Amino acid sequence: MADRTVLSRSEEVPMTPVQRLMRQLSRGPLHAAIILVCIMWMTPTAGLFVSSFRTRSEIATTGWWTALVPPWQFTLENYEHVLTARGMGQSFINSVMISVPATLLTILIAALAAYAFSWMEFRGRELFFLLVVALLVVPIQLTLIPVLRMYANLGITGTFPAVWLAHTAYGLPFAVFLLRNFFAALPKDLLESAFLEGASHFTAFTRIVLPLSVPALAALGIFQFLWLWNDLLVALVYLGGFRDVAPMTVTISSLVSSFGSEWHLLTSAAFVSMMLPLIVFFALQKYFVEGILAGAVKG
Amino acid sequence: MARVLFDHVWKRFGEVAALKDFHLEVEDKEFLVLVGPSGCGKSTALRLLAGLERITEGSIYIGDQVINDVPPKDRDIAMVFQSYALYPHMTIRDNIGFGLKLRKIPKDEIQRRIAEAAQILGVENLLDRKPGQLSGGQRQRIAVARAIVREPRVFLLDEPLSNLDAKLRVNTRAEISKLHKRLGTTFIYVTHDQTEAMTMATRIAVMDAGVIQQVGTPQDLYDHPANVFVAGFIGSPAMNFFTARVAEEDGALVLDGGSFKVKTPLDRVEEFKEFVGRELLFGIRPENIHDAEFVPRGVSTAPVEVQVDVTELMGNEVFLHMLAGETKLLARVDPRTELSAGDTVEVMMDLERMHVFDPESKEVLRSGAGVSAEDDE
Repeated sequence: MADRTVLSRSEEVPMTPVQRLMRQLSRGPLHAAIILVCIMWMTPTAGLFVSSFRTRSEIATTGWWTALVPPWQFTLENYEHVLTARGMGQSFINSVMISVPATLLTILIAALAAYAFSWMEFRGRELFFLLVVALLVVPIQLTLIPVLRMYANLGITGTFPAVWLAHTAYGLPFAVFLLRNFFAALPKDLLESAFLEGASHFTAFTRIVLPLSVPALAALGIFQFLWLWNDLLVALVYLGGFRDVAPMTVTISSLVSSFGSEWHLLTSAAFVSMMLPLIVFFALQKYFVEGILAGAVKG
Repeated sequence: MARVLFDHVWKRFGEVAALKDFHLEVEDKEFLVLVGPSGCGKSTALRLLAGLERITEGSIYIGDQVINDVPPKDRDIAMVFQSYALYPHMTIRDNIGFGLKLRKIPKDEIQRRIAEAAQILGVENLLDRKPGQLSGGQRQRIAVARAIVREPRVFLLDEPLSNLDAKLRVNTRAEISKLHKRLGTTFIYVTHDQTEAMTMATRIAVMDAGVIQQVGTPQDLYDHPANVFVAGFIGSPAMNFFTARVAEEDGALVLDGGSFKVKTPLDRVEEFKEFVGRELLFGIRPENIHDAEFVPRGVSTAPVEVQVDVTELMGNEVFLHMLAGETKLLARVDPRTELSAGDTVEVMMDLERMHVFDPESKEVLRSGAGVSAEDDE
């Protein structure tokens, strides 16, 4: 009995029923707490999800939980309406058109900068890095007006490149910071060995550093993508709310203001906008968790 | 030709000088071992040669070419790192072939060379695995294979055995020696382990505090250490040292260590006569202190009274930890010895193999083994 505490969780040691019960009981409070937090977080989303399949009149008259018991009266009408009549289809495409290039651009530039900050010797390296980190504390609201003026002078307001550039610039400080710390933690010997074998900085970057940093790059990619996907402010300011370029966040917010009572449309629109992030997250969640740990525990 | 010359090289990191006037010539096809305690600058010397650090002052030559400003990739050098530095995301085959691929060598030639290197090191069956799936010993072999596949002019090995267990280390030592003979290339090998240096090197350079203390063949360093540092560093167990005044007593000489005395036999008096009246540092290796019962023939012995503190039986020999007055001495004696802890006895020092050092400069005044006794001062 005494050695029970010594055994690690993963070890497959036959246990007596009493031991198993003891173990369950000792973990009980932890499990209960986790489940409770999950329920608290999930309930509103679940309510939203159920509501998005209900008709306008039902939403207005009864609570979403009443729909869970038969007779079920779910409908796809809301989605149909939102995707076609309200322009959510176009907004979805716009959101992709904004988020994907801006994410890729951020990762590309940040990775190049992070490599230079960690593996290239140049004067003022530490100072520049410090400056980049310092930019993390600058609120983006501070930049909105000057940048918008500049864009107006250049005549690129209301275009995708304007938002790409803005998003990239806002995302870079954190991205460079995250990647530099990851790159710098790579074993020095690996890079030196590559240089001795004939690698240039570019080769070392593409053949050694990038492949070894996939978890960090993926984590950064997910973070950045989610931020951009959920962004309302930047898109609203630089795109000016034009229908044909508006991402979903802008469209949804206009649903709220102009169709305040149309809850049935709002719920389904919200779900349409959540779909892609959910897919991205579940597809890359392995890297996501690894990437978060990677910062703290080397490897 | 791959002669390597460090021509009065200095390396400073800020205020700290890691290498001070480092001057060393490594002959073509030589197996030179740089040995010294950690922080002595031996790895720095290797990294300067590899081009991983910049030289502060002086020049390094490979062949007749000054390579101070030649980038690492153009120096035609291969290095085995202590950590092996295998690329974890590549298969062993890609690891070994990485450098060749970068040099745009034709594919079939790369495959041929990988196969050859793998065969030399006996790792043919590992080629499609990743480094993470290999044991420490296997990784070490791959690191060596990756180095030899490029057929470089000079091989650098930075403590390549320090991550292996003791048994594997002994085997690998012999294999690296064999590899050196087979390839006929210049090897420069860095280690803190004097045993590795003694067993593999054609020549050893002993370093301390950024300065070369002595360069010579293993036997030469062992028999004729140039100073106290080399005498104490080379050889295991280490040489015994004691300070004593050379004094005349009843026509004979004694080495008066204060709390003990070593009496020199009358026929050796002449050799030590020049030191009379001086206080000197004496050094004698453990195997040159004998149990009085088992003194080899032809050894001119000087008796000294000691108390046996601890005996360690090693099987083929016995280590006696002894106290001569307040001075600790270690002797390596015949296993038939009957001495045991607590005994007070006379043991015999082999005077011919006694080293004498200047207590101030720590330089040798009289080298042991008698052969070079004329070289004094």
